[in-house]
Order: sequence, then structure tokens, then C-alpha cells
Amino acid sequence: MAVALRLGTSRREGSPWLPYLFLAPYLLLFVTFVAVPAVFGLWISLHDWDYMLDSQLFVGLGNYADLFDPTSVIYPDFWNGMQNTLVFTLASVPFLVALPLLLALLLHQKFPGRTFFRAMFFAPYVLGVAVIGLMWRYLLDANFGLVNSLLGTDIAWTTSQPWAWVGLVAVTVWWTMGFNAIIYLAGLGDIPVEHYEAASLDGASWWQKFRYVTLPGLRPVLVFVVVITVLASANMFGQSYIVTQGGPTQSTQTAIMVITDLGLSRFQMGAAAAESYLLALFLAVVSVLNFWLLRDRDAAQQRREARAQRRAVTR
Amino acid sequence: MPQPTRSPFTRRSFLSLAAAGGMSATVAACGGGSSPRDAGGSGQAAATGDGGAGGYDGPQMDLTFWNGFTGGDGPTMKALVDQFNAEHANIAVTMTTMQWADYYAKLPTAVSSGNGPDVGIMHVDSVATNAARNVIQPLDDVASALQLAESDFATVPWQAGLYDGKRYAIPLDVHPLGFYYNKTVMEEAGLDPEAPPTDATSYMDALEALKNAGIEGHWASPFPFTGGLSVQSLVYQFGGSLFTEDGASVTWAEDPGVEALTWWVDLIEQGYSPAKVDQDADYIALKNGKTAFNWNGIWQINDLKQTDLEWGVAALPTIGGTPAAWAGSHQFVLPVQKSSDSDRAQASRVFLNWISEQSQAWAEAGQVPARNSARESAEFQDLPEQTELASQIDDLHFLPTVPGIGDSMSEFDKALNAATLGGTDPAKALADSAERAQKILDDNAAKYGG
Repeated sequence: MAVALRLGTSRREGSPWLPYLFLAPYLLLFVTFVAVPAVFGLWISLHDWDYMLDSQLFVGLGNYADLFDPTSVIYPDFWNGMQNTLVFTLASVPFLVALPLLLALLLHQKFPGRTFFRAMFFAPYVLGVAVIGLMWRYLLDANFGLVNSLLGTDIAWTTSQPWAWVGLVAVTVWWTMGFNAIIYLAGLGDIPVEHYEAASLDGASWWQKFRYVTLPGLRPVLVFVVVITVLASANMFGQSYIVTQGGPTQSTQTAIMVITDLGLSRFQMGAAAAESYLLALFLAVVSVLNFWLLRDRDAAQQRREARAQRRAVTR
Repeated sequence: MPQPTRSPFTRRSFLSLAAAGGMSATVAACGGGSSPRDAGGSGQAAATGDGGAGGYDGPQMDLTFWNGFTGGDGPTMKALVDQFNAEHANIAVTMTTMQWADYYAKLPTAVSSGNGPDVGIMHVDSVATNAARNVIQPLDDVASALQLAESDFATVPWQAGLYDGKRYAIPLDVHPLGFYYNKTVMEEAGLDPEAPPTDATSYMDALEALKNAGIEGHWASPFPFTGGLSVQSLVYQFGGSLFTEDGASVTWAEDPGVEALTWWVDLIEQGYSPAKVDQDADYIALKNGKTAFNWNGIWQINDLKQTDLEWGVAALPTIGGTPAAWAGSHQFVLPVQKSSDSDRAQASRVFLNWISEQSQAWAEAGQVPARNSARESAEFQDLPEQTELASQIDDLHFLPTVPGIGDSMSEFDKALNAATLGGTDPAKALADSAERAQKILDDNAAKYGG
């Protein structure tokens, strides 16, 4: 069909529909599973929605108003969840950004068994959250766990704070470090060797090479890693759900857990949808901020200067 | 949703809008179908109306049966299903087992998309909710075919099956909380393992003796299993209740509730329990000989039988003034089907009819049969542990059977957690949680039409 389309129109231009044809499979999935649910979700959030009941009560912005009314049923749980999500994100993202970078630098060196170690560090990421959750729940068990036994400590890793967060962050770092490291490795491979050679000729130290060649070369990858890691951490669910059950006293219950419970256990779909959109709004703002903070200021400066020059020339 | 949501969508749509969409998709994706009641209509009842008593002679029928028997009771149920399949040439039942929490979340979505199982199991406190939400269908015909009579059942499991004047569930069993003790540990502390404590005084004496022997005798769990079930039992023992009988008001913050939770937290303060007990650690401690006593569900009997532990089980000691214990009940239900296929409806009822009569086999899985007649049978009396726990039958307490009651119970568990782990004053923890639970009850009353 694509061939027929091409023959029927100008050979050089191709059918104007051709790009859309190639986009269609992705577009179809996107519309079905992202665009339509996203819009439909907005509609749901305006109702007291239970998909099993015959009629859905329209409540306008009532669900959103409840989220800002301290006396409503959903207010304390939701904001507690948001706060916990913030704590986890702040606690986990620095480690998830920095440690994999160090790891990637190590694994980028040439040494025997490099591929083996690359695979080893990536391996935990292959496991599902149910597997790592259950495994660490047993390992971190305060009364009979292996971790306490090895460390010779008596720490309640899953039932006291701040240890519950320490445990959850450590588990998450162990689990997803390999993924970020692989992204960094790809980025490291893209930095031209000549840059390092030039730096060496100029007498740059190891640190200077890292600071002035590696980091700038990794900027696009770094932005990607930070944004994706913030989103992943803000969407944390399984670790808390399995390892701590959101405890002690709901202190590790994340926003997604609150939303899931409200929507899928208590069947308050409308309120849960409203919470989802508020969380999404927060994440969108945070992501934009990330891009803005991590933008290449020098390059932006250069572009501005170039524009100014062009204007000067034309004038 | 696992933590690294790194689908191609999120990767491409940097601005997280995709993540936002994906999230609401989770919620929205379930909103597709209209109410299955519209689709199925009232043609749900079996065509023949004999409730499965007359058997099934239609074409080969494959049925699905969902439940949450992930513990020691699963294999027994599977064996019963296999036996049914062997005895019925033209019906093949496939049993699917999943975690209860997943089951309750999955069942409504499956039903609304027309993929619900033909037969399911439900806890007593979920029947009303699911009846109100059109997840399960009335089965009065099965009840009358089985000649079920109220006099043959404990009151609450029987009443629980009724919603809006119709029967939605057939009671299978009653599963109470029991008092398990490790005989070896008791002997270490100089206690008589054949005479476990039965009241507040003897229980405290025993704990004190264990403490003197360096053993924390009763680990106070901060989790619903087993802390929540234990403290609920204590509330009833101190003469209180969790809700008013009509399920309209929360009453657990009254004095009996405070006494119950205080007694529980005192286990820690008096050195009878470690401070921060992990999930299931209380039960593991019993099995490992680290503690002497654990209040746990009847479903642990078969698990303990597989160990070489010296253990016993008795009715809960009466800590408050009245003997009382928490109990749940499993009930058979028929999920709503979108297509009205009378052969399927009939075959489902034949299976339901048959399996609900296998009380004795089910009792051997470590449950108390719901029928009085089955409990009084000679075969059941041959199961000493189950019989011991069945002795509590008149003192068992269930949640009121109003739709959405389980939603407010999570607030009770929060109070337990806050008092046991967070050091919150029991009275304050209970008052706070009762206030939130009351709002949930009111919301649900409005939603389900009271």
C-alpha cells in the first residue's frame, strides 16, 4: 500500500500522508491508552464515579475542592501521601543520579570481565517489583532478617523511621541503579575520544577532564536521567506497598498508593482521578523546572549572541 | 504500577504529560463498561430455577472459579474442584487463586468487561458491598434448592448473605481467631503446657513468668494481621463494639475500645512484647520458639501441623469481661454475567450446589463449617483443633453487613498502627480514626443509598 501511494504521487515528495502512515501504529496506541483515558479521566474527576453503579453523580469541581478542604475525608491521606512522595523523591534521586554515574565511569574503563560486571549491576533491574519487594521484606525484617544479622544491628528497618525510608531508598537504588548506569554508559560512549586527547595535551588532570569534558558531554543524558528518575521516584508504589505496607503509621504511604486505594479498593474513582490530575500537575511543573535548571546556559548564551549578531548584520 | 515506569511513552514525552495520562489511565481504564446489570438484565436466574439441584445435562461447559485461598486452604479447595470435575463429565471447573486484595479489586472490573468468573468466594463483610455494586447476583434459587435454613447457621454469616431482601451468598465456613501456644516455650518458663491461661489474671501471670524466664511471651503486632484481629476481639471482650448494629455509626473510640488498645500497647510497655514487631514476625516467633503465645486465625492450624513443633490451640483467653473473638466467614457467590447463557447459569449452580455441601472436607482444611449440623457431626468432632476453636461459635463477632463497611476498617488499622508503633495515645488514636471512619461511613451510606 505504501508502494502504491508512492507511485501515484510525485516520486520526490511522496504522499503527504506517508509520514502519518508510519506514525499510525504509535499514534493508535497513544490515542487509545494515553490520550483518550487522559481526557476521559478529567470527565471522571468531575463526578462521584463508580463504574459499577448505574448513574454517576456530577459533582463539578467538588472532588478538587475536597483536596483543598482540610475537613474532607480524602484530604489528610492525600497530602500525607504527597508529602511522603516528596520525601522519597528528595531522598532517592540524588543517589539514583550520582551513584550510577560513578558506576558508569568505572564500567567505562577497559578491564577484564567488564561485560560480566555490566550485566551484574544491571541484573536487579530485570526483576519485578513483587520479587524485590518480597525479598527485601524478608531481608530487612527486624526480628529475623538477614540484614540485621549481618550488620549485627537491631534496627526495625520496616517499622520505624527514619529506617523505613533508609531501607526503601537503599532497595530502590540497588534495584534501579543498573538502568541509569546503562544510560550513562551510552552517553559516555558518545563523547569523542579526541576531546580527552586534547585535554591531555593541555595537561588536564583527571578531575579537570571529568569536569570539563565528561560532564558537559553528558549533559543531554544527565537531563534525561534526572527527569526520568524524578518521575519514577514520584511514582513509587511497589516497594512501600510490599515492604512496609505504607507504615509505620502511613509514613511511607506514597501518593500513588493513596490514589490506588481510593480508586480501586474504595471505588471512589472520581476523587481518585482528581488526585491523579493534581499529582500529574505537580510532576509536570517539576519536570519543566528540571529542564530549565539543567539547560545549557553557555549554549543558550551563544545562541542569543548569534541572534543578536545576525540582527546587527541585517540592520 | 512498579516504580520504574520507563515505557517508551514516558521516555518520549519528556514533560511528564504521558506519565500523568498513564496514571489517570489506570483509573479511567476501568470506567469503560456500563453497569453489567443493564447488560445482563434480570435473565440472570437459572432457566430451570432448581438452583442446580437437578444437575446439568447440557453441552460440555467450562467454568471458572476465583478465590483467594493462597494459604494452606488452597490445595484442599483444589482437590474438591478436581473431585467435582471427575464426578461431572460435562462440566470442567478451572480454579484461579490470587491474593484477596487483588481479587476484590479485579473482580468488579472483570465483571464489568464480561470476563468475570462463573463462581467466586467472598468474605462476609464484602458481600453487601458487592451486591450493592452489582458485582454479584441473587441466588435465592440455589439457597432454596439446598434447603438452607437460618436455624442451621450462625446468625451473622447467614444474615450477611442477605441484601435488599435477596440472598446473594451461601455461607461456606466460619474462621475465628484462636489462641496458639508453643508448649516447649511454656515449659521453659515453668508453665503447664496442658493448661494454657484462660482469663486475664492467669494470662498476665503466665506472661510475667515468661518475662522472668527472659521470654517476651506475646508479640503485639501493629498490623491488621494479627494485631487488628486481636484488638478487635478485645474490643468485644471489654463489652464494646466497632460499629452500631446497623453499621451507621463508629463506636470503637468508646471506653471498651480504649481499654482494648491500651491493653495491647501495654504488652510492649510491660516488656511482654518487643516494641516494633514486623509483619508476620509474631507468628514466626511462635514457630521459632521466640515467644509462647500468638492469637492467630484458624487457617494456621494446617501450617503448624506441618511442623514438628509442640503446639496447642484454644479459645481466646477472656481478657475483658466477656468471652469474644473476631471471626470472618467465606461465602460462595455468583458474579454477574454479561451474557445470559442459561446452560452456563445452570452448570454454575450445579457446581455451587455440590461444593457447598462438602463441609467436612473443607473443615479438614482448617476451617469451621458454617452449618451447625456439620459442626455437630462426628467427623468434625474428630478434628480436635478445629473443634476447640468452634467452641467459640456463640462468642464470635462479625462486622455489620452494610456496603462499604470495609473502607472504614482501614481507619481502625491506622489507629492500631499509630498507637503500637507511633506512640500515639490509644484514646486519641482511636478518636481520630473513628472521626475519619464516620465520614467514610456517611459517604458510603449516601453513595449506596443507606
